[in-house]
Amino acid sequence: MATDTLATAAPRTARRVGWGQRLSRWDIKVSPYLYISPFFIVFAVFGAFPLVFNVVVALHDWHRRSGMGDFVGLDNFAWVLRQPLFWRSLENTFSIFLWGGIPQLVLALVIASILDQNLRARTFWRMSVLIPFVVMPVATSMIFGQVYGQFGLLVPNLHDLGLFTEYSSPFFQDRQLSHIAIGSMVIFRWTGYNALIFLAAMQAVPRDLYEAATVDGAGRVRQFFSVTIPGIRPTLIFVILTMTIGGLEIFDEARMFDGGGTGGGTGGADNQWTTVVLYLYNLGFGDWQDRLGQAAAVGWIFAVIILALSLLNILFTRVIASSDSGTKRLPRSLRKASTLRSEAKQSAQATDAVEGDHR
Amino acid sequence: MSTAYIENTAGRGAAKYARKRAARGKSGASHHPSNRRPGWVTYVILAAVFVVSVFPLYAAAMYGSSSTTEIARSVGTLPTWLPTLTLLENFGQVFAAEQFSIWVAFGNSLLVAVSVSASTVFFATLAGFTFSKLRFRGRQVLYFAVIGTMVIPAQIGTIPMFVMMNEFGWIDSLLALTVPGLIGAFGVFWMTQYLKEALPFELIEAARVDGASMFRIFWSIALPAARPGAATLALFTFIGSWNSFFWPSVVMRSQLTMPLVVPQLRGAFTSDTGLVMAGVFLVAVPLLLVLVVAGKQLVAGVMEGAVKG
Repeated sequence: MATDTLATAAPRTARRVGWGQRLSRWDIKVSPYLYISPFFIVFAVFGAFPLVFNVVVALHDWHRRSGMGDFVGLDNFAWVLRQPLFWRSLENTFSIFLWGGIPQLVLALVIASILDQNLRARTFWRMSVLIPFVVMPVATSMIFGQVYGQFGLLVPNLHDLGLFTEYSSPFFQDRQLSHIAIGSMVIFRWTGYNALIFLAAMQAVPRDLYEAATVDGAGRVRQFFSVTIPGIRPTLIFVILTMTIGGLEIFDEARMFDGGGTGGGTGGADNQWTTVVLYLYNLGFGDWQDRLGQAAAVGWIFAVIILALSLLNILFTRVIASSDSGTKRLPRSLRKASTLRSEAKQSAQATDAVEGDHR
Repeated sequence: MSTAYIENTAGRGAAKYARKRAARGKSGASHHPSNRRPGWVTYVILAAVFVVSVFPLYAAAMYGSSSTTEIARSVGTLPTWLPTLTLLENFGQVFAAEQFSIWVAFGNSLLVAVSVSASTVFFATLAGFTFSKLRFRGRQVLYFAVIGTMVIPAQIGTIPMFVMMNEFGWIDSLLALTVPGLIGAFGVFWMTQYLKEALPFELIEAARVDGASMFRIFWSIALPAARPGAATLALFTFIGSWNSFFWPSVVMRSQLTMPLVVPQLRGAFTSDTGLVMAGVFLVAVPLLLVLVVAGKQLVAGVMEGAVKG
């Protein structure tokens, strides 16, 4: 370490060696803290402080134009919980989350297992499912709004089939249908991304399990449910967790569904598709409102809901994981089959053909 | 057979190919019993997925290629199936709009995204190097603290942050979009995980014996080793910053970024759908070029993140 000065050819004065040693000791001691300080400084100012300050704002009568007002205790929280609109937006958020979340998971799993084959132009297909991920959500929302509109691609054709009788687009009137429309944007944006995550997990599933299953006569569908799904369970849980947190924070799609602009962007004439974050935005920064105190209370309540859900998710995961006791439990058919593993391996190695990636 | 040997004898391309083959042998990109190519049904499904993926942008371009009358006549179908010269005319009108300037918005978005990505990569690599390779008191606790900050929902800070920006005088200033994003917990987590594997302790020890200072070690050894992981982080940070809409719509008034142009379109063009959609297309297309250029890395990044997460 610091004795390397003895190895140098040129003799130096003792004092200088000492000084160098002290400097390098200091370097070793202090540098680590110095290097991680940028994160902690930025977090202190823009993460931790706002968290505390949010309590202060929520406890005061606070407006955007007039600033801090009187201390009102928990009045803002009580006010928010009394608003039918708050509960409506909470319902909307969960409804959109379910419409967008469940089909998304199913589709992502299917697409992942399709990608998990010996494809030609593999990279191209993987890239193509990421296209929706890079398209700006607000742009997607505008385009979907056009497609779902009165003269768009869907409604007139459904009219002809005699499905809708009213003149305007039901996707902007009916609450449930608007949730389906916004859910479809969520599906569009995240399915490919999650499919790639599942694909990565699927590639880590031991190959011989599939071989054993094949030897046992399990078809592709049976293999999917009995080998693939159990094999990627941790990833599945991870994706559901992140999807829950991200899905409840939905804002962009809901705000731009009707194109924003004058009178728009609040979640529909009857707040059919106002989400919690959009409600918070309207409350604090909407055209005629500047209720920062109440909006801060909404932020608090919402954060508590999300954290509670995350904890539930984690506890739920723990229970599942502990019942598994670490080892991957295989369906009975496979446990029997895995005794045939070595045999299958040998036959597979014999037929292994090395191929290049044709692009 | 090391790839270095192949590189010396047969060149870079061959080495790359060999590495690929070796990786495939280990991870088994196709781990199904047979190495058979899948049948045509698979490709039909994949093609359908591809069509759905590009459809919104395609639809925007087709609406943008049409006049108001053409769109009014095309009820229940797209006004045209091939782009026309009208698209270019509409682009011209979007660029010439009085209410906003696409170029300024583009410049703003670029400035913010580049600053945020560059700074995130630098500070995250510095912190990741520290957490993964250096020993110091409280390392574990501090690292868990970083991870712990990731579970806090971002929206809870919106209102107080707005009040703070008001105090700082940063309302309607690009500083409000840049400074809070200079470094985030995710970046630190990502680089720490990456450097755990990518940077051998031996290298650091050798440099220490040679009398290199800490920063010198970071600069000359950790940074080069971190490059692939850092590039992926930069890519994701850039995309996130470029597309972000909620926070900018809270703090910006007249200074627009690309996403903030979108709500302005309808007002600016009084519901001329062709113009609005041409504008939407213009706003959405730049990031698609990023996918075309760095698509492979983006795919690898998503799949790597899945393993790390």
